[in-house]
Amino acid sequence: MDSAARSFLKIENLVKKFGDFTALQDISLDVYDGEFVCFLGPSGCGKTTLLRAIAGLDIQTHGRIEQDGKDISALPPAERDFGIVFQSYALFPNLTVERNVAYGLENRKLPRAEIDVRVAELLQLVGLPDQGTKYPAQLSGGQQQRVALARAMATSPGLLLLDEPLSALDARVRVHLRTEIKDLQRRLGVTTIMVTHDQEEALTMADRIVVMNHGVIDQVGTPQEIYGSPATSFVADFIGSMNFIPGTVAAKGRVTVGDFPLDCDTTGFNEGDAITVSIRPEDINAQDMEHDDNVVDGEITHLQFMGSFYRAELGGAAFSGHDVQADFSVNLVRRKNVVLGSKLPIRLPADHIQLYPPVED
Amino acid sequence: MADASLTAQTSDRAIVRPKLSRDDWIMRTVMVAIGVFLLIAVLLPLYTMMSKSVENKDGGFVGFANFAEYFSTPALFNSAFNSLSISILATLIILVVTFIYGYALTRTCMPFKWFFKLVAMVPLLTPSLLGGISLIYWFGNQGVLKDLLFGEKIYGPIGITMGSSYWVFPHALMIVITALSITDARLYEAAEALRTSKLKTFLTVTIPGCKYGLISAGFVVFTLVFTDFGVPKVIGGNYNMLATDIYKQVIGQQNFQMGAVVSVVLLVPAIIAFSVDRIVQRKQVALLSARAVPYTPKPSRGRDMSMLAFCSVIALIIIAMIGMAQYAALVTFWPYNLEFSLNNYDFDVMDGGGWEAFWNSIEMALYTAFFGTIIVFTGAYLMEKGRGFTVGRSAFHMVAMAPLAVPGMVLGLAYIFFFNNPANPFNFIYGTMGILVVATVVHFYTVSHLTAVTALKQMDPEFESVSASLKAPFYKTFAKVTVPVCMPAVFDISIYLFLNAMTTVSAVVFLYSSDTTLASVAVLNMDDAGDVAPAAAMAMMIAYTCAAMRIVQVVLTRGIAIKTQAWRNQ
Ligand SMILES: Nc1ncnc2c1ncn2[C@@H]1O[C@H](COP(=O)(O)OP(=O)(O)OP(=O)(O)O)[C@@H](O)[C@H]1O
Ligand SMILES: [Mg+2]
Repeated sequence: MDSAARSFLKIENLVKKFGDFTALQDISLDVYDGEFVCFLGPSGCGKTTLLRAIAGLDIQTHGRIEQDGKDISALPPAERDFGIVFQSYALFPNLTVERNVAYGLENRKLPRAEIDVRVAELLQLVGLPDQGTKYPAQLSGGQQQRVALARAMATSPGLLLLDEPLSALDARVRVHLRTEIKDLQRRLGVTTIMVTHDQEEALTMADRIVVMNHGVIDQVGTPQEIYGSPATSFVADFIGSMNFIPGTVAAKGRVTVGDFPLDCDTTGFNEGDAITVSIRPEDINAQDMEHDDNVVDGEITHLQFMGSFYRAELGGAAFSGHDVQADFSVNLVRRKNVVLGSKLPIRLPADHIQLYPPVED
Repeated sequence: MADASLTAQTSDRAIVRPKLSRDDWIMRTVMVAIGVFLLIAVLLPLYTMMSKSVENKDGGFVGFANFAEYFSTPALFNSAFNSLSISILATLIILVVTFIYGYALTRTCMPFKWFFKLVAMVPLLTPSLLGGISLIYWFGNQGVLKDLLFGEKIYGPIGITMGSSYWVFPHALMIVITALSITDARLYEAAEALRTSKLKTFLTVTIPGCKYGLISAGFVVFTLVFTDFGVPKVIGGNYNMLATDIYKQVIGQQNFQMGAVVSVVLLVPAIIAFSVDRIVQRKQVALLSARAVPYTPKPSRGRDMSMLAFCSVIALIIIAMIGMAQYAALVTFWPYNLEFSLNNYDFDVMDGGGWEAFWNSIEMALYTAFFGTIIVFTGAYLMEKGRGFTVGRSAFHMVAMAPLAVPGMVLGLAYIFFFNNPANPFNFIYGTMGILVVATVVHFYTVSHLTAVTALKQMDPEFESVSASLKAPFYKTFAKVTVPVCMPAVFDISIYLFLNAMTTVSAVVFLYSSDTTLASVAVLNMDDAGDVAPAAAMAMMIAYTCAAMRIVQVVLTRGIAIKTQAWRNQ
């Protein structure tokens, strides 16, 4: 636990209730200095609620929040140290871009010249050096977003909070701004929490992702950890594509799906347990069959061209009626002449198989 | 180890008590202060008045003896019946007329719509008394069209119904137009696709679509007529209504207890109408929020022309009413010397307050608009944008809604009871301009409050969050962002307060002193003294002032629109 020393924001056993409804259940989380953390989860899972509790805009019912070693649990927003960007940007419509950005500085009784210099610097930083005299309504969505970011950063807060800052933008601008925000954050080194329900956004931008579901944290980890070893079947399903096949544990290190045995790590389960076997489509292998473990015969029931690869659906006795999706490279499809109805052996590598308790549906 | 985690667990269960910021303290204190102002200015006086209604002349408690006397005196009790029947009659007439008029403006391709919209708003510029005065000139003993009544007298139910219908028309029309404009065009397309007949479409789509608007308009008209004092005072003759009874009991007979009893009798139906209307309006809002496609009417010659004919008749009546008042004001001596002169404008030679009353009115209206707008808008802002304190904020909203249920006469009488008491620390405002301003602000508080709330609800709720995160005190954001962005609504509120302060009679008729006579009261008193033409002239002075103010508003709003078009999304 070397990280404990660097913990910048410490959230302990946070609970938020709206009347009888519990929006956050016992959330604990550490955010480290300079880190970029994404809260990811489906709509209504409590991401915004958690962010607003951190900001002090809707204070939690129970639990403690510590920022930079100081207990801020009950403090009003004005006594906390953060900058925030909302989905709506909330730019003041009757003030120019410059005055929006200067808004927080004007309260610090800085000399006008100093404010002007800082505003120019910030506008330069977000790539809008000559838009200062315009009004928010005269800017595009992406530009407004940057102004909101500049305004939030103007007072150099220790913590930057972003609530779905990109979701109101069209797809191309969104992708472009992702890199920009990430670069900016890295350059300034400001600890940042971003709320999103877009997994791609979280995977590309975050140092660590906090996956939330129904008011609880399912998993916290780097994008690679979240993607590579999802802690729950919810995380597995929510992020990327995942095949789920019901099965049972046959013995230590071995499970059966239908009649077919598969080798995999069964740590945490006992012989005879019902389980869900999962594997990502891109981890299914049809190429090098030098190993002969976990190889099953499949029959192509669907084949969809996705641009850089094909997504195949395979049926077969082995999967007890469940179709399995697998991604094949364009090259492989061409070389092996894979078409609808082709039969071919595929391998489910043991180290890519994850077991979860059975999903009830 | 286990112990430590256990204690940590239990201490975490403690509910977090948010610490209040300086902003929170200021916001809550100011909001509570405005709330207390409303309590003192509405509820306490009403309470005092209600206690008076169960006391005898010496202040002893007599239970419901006064009410028993009231209901066993036919002369008194009859007015309740009169008020009720006239109000219902006027409501029915106005609903039919406004529905057709509103339909013509929203659902047809009738030409000159702008003209008809403009004319319909004219009665808002004049005190309700003016309609009565005009009717005297048209149908009175020396009236031009007296014979049209076939021997019936205009002084009485006929006059009251006509005069009331005239001045409540725009109030009802605005509600009906709103209701008619929100109907979803897709319903009509569906009806057309199903080959529904015109009549059936009308009955199954048009009427249900605006039924809440019609109901709401009905309650508003009912309450306005039921509680109005001006029209029955001028043209009621010997036909007694509740509002005129209060006046007679208080001013004529100095019987304050009976005045209080009549006030309670007037207050109860007004509160019932108010409550039903609130419920209905809530349903209307639910309809409004649905995503509707606006309806664009298609030309239809027969319908458009018959609508034009109908609206022309109504517009003609309105013009005839105000036109006659103007004519009568300019004529030297009706009906013997019809030469024009300005003799009737020589108010200083007549009883009623003279020109000073007119200037007092303007002063009073300006104060009301100025202080009223500040109080109303600040109160609405603090209520709408405050953090936490939900109980206090909902309580404030309820207190702000209360004035709408209180008829002007009742408020005025309650003020006598409350403020004229020497033991009351606020006794010093009795008989001053101050009490007139307070009464008027309070009387018209609710509509202004709702206008402000509507405008504030359209602002991004995160402005306050952002400014808190930037450590800007809320009042800076209020001054730099909220007020500028809401400027059109702020204007609406101040003009609304100004016009009503100029034209109201009922709220102030008990409260003016010889130093603070008002133009609208002067109209009443001159008419009472038989100086009907000067009364008409004074009523027209009020109308010019209100019209001028409206023009100022239009110009200012245009000016703002031009100045701010850079940042306003069109
Ligand atoms: N003020 C409130 N009163 C009552 N319930 C609320 C309130 N705010 C949020 N909730 C509820 O709490 C839950 C979590 O809401 P929250 O806004 O945090 O979701 P979210 O994860 O941000 O979702 P989205 O992606 O849609 O923004 C939801 O079920 C929501 O209905
Ligand atoms: Mg959200």
